[in-house]
Amino acid sequence: MMNIVENFDLFAPRLINKQELISSGHRACSGCAEVLAVRLMCKALGENTVIASATGCMEIISSMFPTTAWQVPWIHVAFENAAAVASGVEAGLKALRKKGKIDDRYVKVVGMAGDGGTMDIGFQALSGAMERGHDMIYVCFDNEAYMNTGIQRSSGTPMGASTTTAPAGKVSIGQKTWKKNMPEIMVAHGIPYVATACPSYPLDFIRKVEKAKSIQGPSYIHCFSMCPTGWRSPSHTAVSMGRLAVETGVFPLYEVENGHYRLSPDMPKKLKPVKSYFKPQGRFRHLTPDQIEMIQEKVTVEFGKLVEKAKFLKTGNE
Amino acid sequence: MTLKTWRELPIGCVVSEPGSASEYHTGSWRSQRPIWNDTKCIKCGICYVFCPEGCVQQTEEGFFKANMDYCKGCGICAHECWPRAIKMVEEG
Repeated sequence: MMNIVENFDLFAPRLINKQELISSGHRACSGCAEVLAVRLMCKALGENTVIASATGCMEIISSMFPTTAWQVPWIHVAFENAAAVASGVEAGLKALRKKGKIDDRYVKVVGMAGDGGTMDIGFQALSGAMERGHDMIYVCFDNEAYMNTGIQRSSGTPMGASTTTAPAGKVSIGQKTWKKNMPEIMVAHGIPYVATACPSYPLDFIRKVEKAKSIQGPSYIHCFSMCPTGWRSPSHTAVSMGRLAVETGVFPLYEVENGHYRLSPDMPKKLKPVKSYFKPQGRFRHLTPDQIEMIQEKVTVEFGKLVEKAKFLKTGNE
Repeated sequence: MTLKTWRELPIGCVVSEPGSASEYHTGSWRSQRPIWNDTKCIKCGICYVFCPEGCVQQTEEGFFKANMDYCKGCGICAHECWPRAIKMVEEG
């Protein structure tokens, strides 16, 4: 509680862009933190934006024909090519601007997709777009499974989570593989800016999107988006769950600028046990203490690696 | 909202009216409604920031109110409000 009181002035709504670029009346589930993340992202991006969106929750809930919730140019493309289309839009805008067919204002092109559309299906298009160095942002809204089609596992699903295609039972603990470390793969592309973010830390998230917007070149933001429906938790817990994921180190917040790591100031000095993050979620209900211990070990090791990287590869401005 | 027939649909099913989803009122999904207690409210705006619908608005006095046409009753505002100024009440 004291922590929030200290940060109280940080949350003043006047610091945030008042304009809503995704209108009310979208059909997201009650308590969806992914659409909250999209709303905050749009606030940070502002009007001069073109968004290419892959198939996924954010596409179906915002564009029920004949209506759309978007107040910015938005195009829905197939599952695999959000990044390819975003890079094409960027190149097209550049050509039109050169020919004098559109005005000179700077328009940011954004590609967005869920974890399936980023880590599994859209991976090669994303890798190509980042490698070619297009001036675009790619945002992955990671809710850790294919929630749109009914909670099937993806490579973003964490170890031990029960999904409809990786159900927990007598012989299985649910998902048997570790979550793919997508931000690190993007860092390996050598792009100017990679960040992880979570809508539970709205100002941190907005700042990261604004920073990505200011960079001329490809940037990647990995946004952790809690899904009460798929994670089997009550709708009012979505935001607090994201906070727990960060506080336990399951999803550390950091940014990588030209290869220099920096942990976000919101990261606690001492991590909470992952048990407190697993407890409110139905998808982890079946885990035994041994299995939780195994996951805790991995989380501690991964976080330790990140801290070391942040120490070794410091950003210049600290 | 009247539905178009196939002859009237635009090519590529392009939707040219931005933000037209607000014609649909998601407030009918709600089973609980948030009630603000303005004597406890400190006008921090956390309910506004965390509302996934973007339906919480600041009034002229600086207090907050949800647009009940769109509020889905998720309860995030009540859960996140640290002075406990918001209470969820059963609908109906």
